[in-house]
Amino acid sequence: MGRTLQIINLHAGSDGKEILKGINLTINQGEVHAMMGPNGSGKSTLSNTIMGNPKYRVISGDIKLDGESILHMTPDKRARKGLFLGFQYPVEVSGVKLGSFLKTAHAQTHGPDALDIAGFLEVIERNAKILGMDPAFAGRYLNEGFSGGEKKKAEILQLLTLTPSFTVLDEVDSGLDIDALRTVADAIEEYRSPNVGILLITHYQRLLRYVKPDYVHVLIEGKIVLTGSGELAEKLEEHGYGWLKNEI
Amino acid sequence: MPTKEMVTEDYSKYDFKDDVDYLYKTKKGLNEKIVEEISRLKDEPDWMRVFRLKSFKHFVKQPTPTWGGYISDLDFEKITYYAKPVEKTGRSWEEVPEAIKKTFDRLGIPEAERKFLAGVGAQYESEVVYHNIRKELEEQGVIFMGTDQALKEYPEIFKKYFGTIVPPEDNKFSALNSAVWSGGSFVYVPEGITIQQPLQAYFRINAENVGQFERTLIIVEPHSRVHYIEGCTAPVYASSSLHAAVVEVIAKEGAQIRYTTIQNWSKDVYNLVTKRAYAYRDATVEWVDANTGSHLTMKYPSIYLVGQGAKADILSVTFAGRDQHQDAGAKVMHLAPNTTSRIVSKSVSKDGGRTTYRGLLHVGRGARNVTSSVRCDALMLDDLSRSDTYPYIQINEDDAVVSHEATVGKIGDEQLFYLMSRGLNENEATNMIVLGFLEMFTKELPMEYAVEFNRLIKLEMEGALG
Repeated sequence: MGRTLQIINLHAGSDGKEILKGINLTINQGEVHAMMGPNGSGKSTLSNTIMGNPKYRVISGDIKLDGESILHMTPDKRARKGLFLGFQYPVEVSGVKLGSFLKTAHAQTHGPDALDIAGFLEVIERNAKILGMDPAFAGRYLNEGFSGGEKKKAEILQLLTLTPSFTVLDEVDSGLDIDALRTVADAIEEYRSPNVGILLITHYQRLLRYVKPDYVHVLIEGKIVLTGSGELAEKLEEHGYGWLKNEI
Repeated sequence: MPTKEMVTEDYSKYDFKDDVDYLYKTKKGLNEKIVEEISRLKDEPDWMRVFRLKSFKHFVKQPTPTWGGYISDLDFEKITYYAKPVEKTGRSWEEVPEAIKKTFDRLGIPEAERKFLAGVGAQYESEVVYHNIRKELEEQGVIFMGTDQALKEYPEIFKKYFGTIVPPEDNKFSALNSAVWSGGSFVYVPEGITIQQPLQAYFRINAENVGQFERTLIIVEPHSRVHYIEGCTAPVYASSSLHAAVVEVIAKEGAQIRYTTIQNWSKDVYNLVTKRAYAYRDATVEWVDANTGSHLTMKYPSIYLVGQGAKADILSVTFAGRDQHQDAGAKVMHLAPNTTSRIVSKSVSKDGGRTTYRGLLHVGRGARNVTSSVRCDALMLDDLSRSDTYPYIQINEDDAVVSHEATVGKIGDEQLFYLMSRGLNENEATNMIVLGFLEMFTKELPMEYAVEFNRLIKLEMEGALG
């Protein structure tokens, strides 16, 4: 049986406010789903809730990975189950080198003996090359002083290195210029395979020109109001979200 | 960073006590007779005996400081001021007595030495028992030995500088040290010599209520460079012990000195240390100072910039857990034009531990064109802990460029979530954030010290997070 990430009638929110009002979504391995929606529709709540950010609370419903509920799991346990979140706003951690952090994270998610130092350096070098990054980047402190584009690339570098089974990328395209967008899209394509499932959360359609999704969902006011194929994204780009709101 | 392995490291080596026969111990408490006795036992020249007696008078006269940490429960009558474990300073490893050797084996000194030590000075109780200087250092005219030995072998250099940077009357504890000092390191570097490898010394206290009053004197002649590094480990005892050291450093014209300390006294030690350096024209002095142990530390490494173009750099790191107060900081006196200084303080407190930054930045009259920056960051790991900042600034020239920055913070939930989302559990994520916070210090250490220091911090964190 193939692997799945299922979101079942999920109601969730933060600060006592319900933001997600019954989300149903199943991502099978090999699929790329795009979640689009205007600001404030609940996109970040969805990504944070999937990863288990304690700031967000699940009111009802379930999130299952390969049939097993992960709601009771802390974020690190979810990561070890093969879940990954690419952050919209990657957090700066002073004094922690990206490379040594990633080495620790790799050991946690793949076991301490999965890669020795030499093997790890090779992986970093290869992935940095895909992203057009200087491997010396690994010696910099985690996200500290990174430009917007560097932060997003660093997220994708982590993705490529940790090779999770299911990935949520939250607005990975925001703050990227057109060249960087191309590079990041290519890297996502590199990661894309029949073995992994991807949820691309985005406000704009432009990333979807390069990473063609299998499904597009439209999230408005905490509900998926429309699901379609890749062409739906183009329609949204052309007409915006307004017409949908009228339809609801 | 193999976190798990480090956390489960056997730490018993930092907490042990070996049986050592003392050749001699003075009675508990202090009076003129005991001061005289110490001097006689050490077979010192008369001027030192007089110096000690004079210092003792200052000690008696000076009140116990009422600022800083709480030291009123320190009972000077319950302390043994001098203990002598062996007859003489050994030079080769073979000459060192068995019991002491065993101690050093557990500290890993011989191994470290093989790797890269330039010389080992190890203080055992109040006497330097083992000292090894590599041949090339001797050939360059570098002197690196126990302070007692230097008094005998190099009386002229010794007398010229001893007590000139930190005079006995400076404060109560410098007076006490001057009266009863024993051991410590003496370093003399002649003109134009660069010592590549750090000179290292290990200190520890090994008997209940035996105070350590080591005295370190470093003289670096023009255009020479040296890095001196000391790491302290101590066994744990229930009652209080006192460590009151004095360190005097002299950097002559164009000289560069770095003095690194990793202090990890047991949690019952009062660590009251006076460290001061003079930097002459174009000289650079750097104090790199970490305090993780002790019940109370009061230590404010200071640099007097007395020559044009001299530079001061002070990096102070403290970690305070339960029943610990780290009252530390820095003091820079700009007493000449075109002098620059940088002070960075990083403190971590948890389980009700308390950290204090106490610093003085002084720009004297005539010290034109001074640049200085002060930065204090405090990280508190829980609501029980406490952190205070007292940055005193006195500026007497209006062209001084001085910046001061201070932050107090807790570990951010978003930082924790970010690291945990990559597979690190809460403890590992917290450790990583704390080690990152201190990395500015760690990266300045030679590698094995950096590894050692990170281990110590993780051990401290274990208690907090258990």
